[in-house]
Amino acid sequence: MNQLDYEYLRKLLRDNSGLDLSADKQYLIESRLLPLARKAGLSDIAELVQNLRGGSSGFINQVVEAMTTNETFFFRDKVPFDHFRDSILPEIIKARANRKSVRIWCAAGSTGQEPYSLGMCLREMGAALNGWRVEMLSTDLSQEVLEKSRSGIYSQFEVQRGLPIQMLVKYFKQTGELWQINADIRAMVQHRQLNLLHDFSQLRVFDVIFCRNVLIYFDPETKINIFNRLAKAMEPDGFLVLGAAETVVGLTDVFKPFPGRRGLYLPSGSVVAPDKAVTTGSTGPKPSVAAAF
Amino acid sequence: MRTCLVVDDSSVVRKIARRILEDMDFQIIEAGNGEQAAEACKRSLPDAVLLGWNMPMMDGYEFLGNLRRLPDGDRPKVVVCIPENDIDHISRALHAGANEYIMKPFDKDIVAAKFQEVGLIDQMLPASA
Repeated sequence: MNQLDYEYLRKLLRDNSGLDLSADKQYLIESRLLPLARKAGLSDIAELVQNLRGGSSGFINQVVEAMTTNETFFFRDKVPFDHFRDSILPEIIKARANRKSVRIWCAAGSTGQEPYSLGMCLREMGAALNGWRVEMLSTDLSQEVLEKSRSGIYSQFEVQRGLPIQMLVKYFKQTGELWQINADIRAMVQHRQLNLLHDFSQLRVFDVIFCRNVLIYFDPETKINIFNRLAKAMEPDGFLVLGAAETVVGLTDVFKPFPGRRGLYLPSGSVVAPDKAVTTGSTGPKPSVAAAF
Repeated sequence: MRTCLVVDDSSVVRKIARRILEDMDFQIIEAGNGEQAAEACKRSLPDAVLLGWNMPMMDGYEFLGNLRRLPDGDRPKVVVCIPENDIDHISRALHAGANEYIMKPFDKDIVAAKFQEVGLIDQMLPASA
């Protein structure tokens, strides 16, 4: 692919999604966009760029979608879900004891493995959350992945990555070679298309925001802007979860790290204290993600 | 070095499993049926067992039951891997004492993920592109 076309595509992606590709990602463009080009009857990236220069906005959206879809899997990285179970939920169970509701936003929900993993964590808490209302919002730039997430249907490959077999048996129904997450967990999650670059102030505030592995693509100014707006979308005693390689440190002080919990952040004014011992905050043995059925 | 006993009546399956697991730094012992597997365990308990099911001369179900009844028999992590991918087979394997279950077809990422689930390896291998 020639350099001019590559630069054109980089700029297009930056302007439309904030995605900031480095100079050496031609292979990524080819692997994601050649199939799209062929489906549209175009022979190569050069023709695709020509088409885009012609200005078809529908096609631009497809290109942006194809480039911004990420791979995800159940309980990805494990540690954030341990934080959710050991640090976040016990605090919320205390702090929202009167309201008995929790609002969670998966700000890059993709094909749904993240929100549904959280749903399984919530179910594993058992009686501690009896009578609680769970509202999860899963948003993504891509309409296609949202559709898949809504369906809650996964392939045999997808349910074997990151998911202990006992959880699969407990929370999924099998149809042939496909597995669908149970209806009660699907019911916890609403889906909406949303571009993090755009205004999301119309959303009501959340107790927990997961924003993992999406901000890495943005330049520092954009990241700061999004962090500031995320802070406004969060309760003062809420929680922010970022991806393993991400941080707010050096960028903004609207959030502060939760001591000893990698990837977990609190609004800067939060008085939520780190727990000294790991407890579930409820009676009974500590639920493990791989609970026996 | 951790040891993994690979039990399946197909030598092709055993060869594929061996390649994947040796890449994950396991020392491999092969067995073509439950009886050979039981013999290997009597000699030395492996850290892991990748267990096929439908084999002549003591099938996987019987082998697993016997393994768990051995002294220290709960120590090896047993990952069952058989062509039947339905809930009934999975439940039966778990009740018999399996720690995890891999559905066929699988790839090395899935083997790595499942071995990590049961604590046999500490870190996920980087996902294949």
